[in-house]
Amino acid sequence: MKKEEVPQDEGNLSKSNMKELIYATDEKGNYTTALSSGWEPKTIALTNSIEEINERIETARVQVKNGVSSPIVYYMELNKMDPTILASYVGLWKWRVKRHFRPRVFTRLSAKILQKYADAFSITVGELQNFKG
Amino acid sequence: METNFTHHQSAHCENGVASNLLKHNGLNISEPMVFGIGSGLFFVYLPFIKVNYAPAISYRPLPGLIFNRLAKRLGLKIKRQKFSNPTNATKALDENLKNNIPTGLQVGVYNLTYFPDEYRFHFNAHNLVVYGKTETDYLISDPVMETVTTLTHAELDKVRFAKGAFAPRGQMYYPIQLPKDIDIKNAIVKGIKNTCRDMLAPVPIIGVKGIRFVAKQIQKWPLKHGTKKANHYLAQLVRMQEEIGTGGGGFRFIYAAFLQEASTILENEALRELSAEMTVIGDLWRDFAVNASRVYKNRSTQKDVYNTLSNELLAIADKEEIFFKKLRNVIKSY
Repeated sequence: MKKEEVPQDEGNLSKSNMKELIYATDEKGNYTTALSSGWEPKTIALTNSIEEINERIETARVQVKNGVSSPIVYYMELNKMDPTILASYVGLWKWRVKRHFRPRVFTRLSAKILQKYADAFSITVGELQNFKG
Repeated sequence: METNFTHHQSAHCENGVASNLLKHNGLNISEPMVFGIGSGLFFVYLPFIKVNYAPAISYRPLPGLIFNRLAKRLGLKIKRQKFSNPTNATKALDENLKNNIPTGLQVGVYNLTYFPDEYRFHFNAHNLVVYGKTETDYLISDPVMETVTTLTHAELDKVRFAKGAFAPRGQMYYPIQLPKDIDIKNAIVKGIKNTCRDMLAPVPIIGVKGIRFVAKQIQKWPLKHGTKKANHYLAQLVRMQEEIGTGGGGFRFIYAAFLQEASTILENEALRELSAEMTVIGDLWRDFAVNASRVYKNRSTQKDVYNTLSNELLAIADKEEIFFKKLRNVIKSY
């Protein structure tokens, strides 16, 4: 890529005034560095992922509301986690975490386990228990 | 307390930390040199592991490997420490800062508060340098940022003990011994040989063969998983390719910069020509990203757009195969 071709698109980075460093060639073909404010294909890819996550959060919220899932599912999606990551944050087996996704199992969880989830999501136990969707 | 550390921005975090730490210790080595000698260019496709609900693709070797290989090839010693609890991790880091040692850390990205929200995913192979501490904050040099930044004590604890794949477990590292004479020529040759071996590996999921494997999978995605999932997979592919700290096109340009530097040091004109060739391949990777992003943006449902993309990637794989075979031949005589 030539230095003058380094993309300067409006992107997710430009909102926070961040620029990334890119290696590019000057007019003699020698390598140098340049800053880029963003690049459209990247912005599209990232936006696509974020939309995907928002959809997952919304689905989870509805499931909690309808009593299909426990609030753990909602907060897991909100924190961009999947069951594997959540299991490693709370220090439990994945199958146990998945079991806690069931509302009936969730209501019978001990204070100690609830605290683990609350810590993983950086919320209080009260917030976790009282989330109704 | 604060160490007199100079921040330089880099394209990739691990190279950047390595280059910055070594510069601080009096060894002037550029980011592309670190990347080339440490054999940072890589490709692996792991369809059986899912990241963000899409098959895992990595354009780089395991975290820490670039710096470790660099150290081995230059004959320097790095100390690496992991911790089972945050208190000890903090103590060890503070001790280092007291002794005027800027220290590299492996961290999780999710709680890096200075990153824009959109970039905060559960990705644990990020690297940064801590070069000082105040009453409330740690002073941070994150190589992908333009300038230095800070994290509170609690925030640094969190990122050092992020969980999930490649959990950093508080890992810190710093060079403890630099040799007087460095045989940089030999290190460059070893680095290049390693990369050629990786990229031409006779394993279906690694290197050029891995790229081909993905290309063939792209054709099947819409039939097997439906358009929505296929598009999600494509978006993930592009994100892994061009996002900060990973790299398809971006990595090719760093590698081309390395070959250019290497051609001067080894006084070998052929490497300079190969650098120009790598630049062209890097541009092809970027074209691929542009075309892929068009597909999932327009939510195109035609089947043949995936075939077109697949062919584009296959063409890149062919070009890289020719490239690395040439490179292997050039470097053979050393």
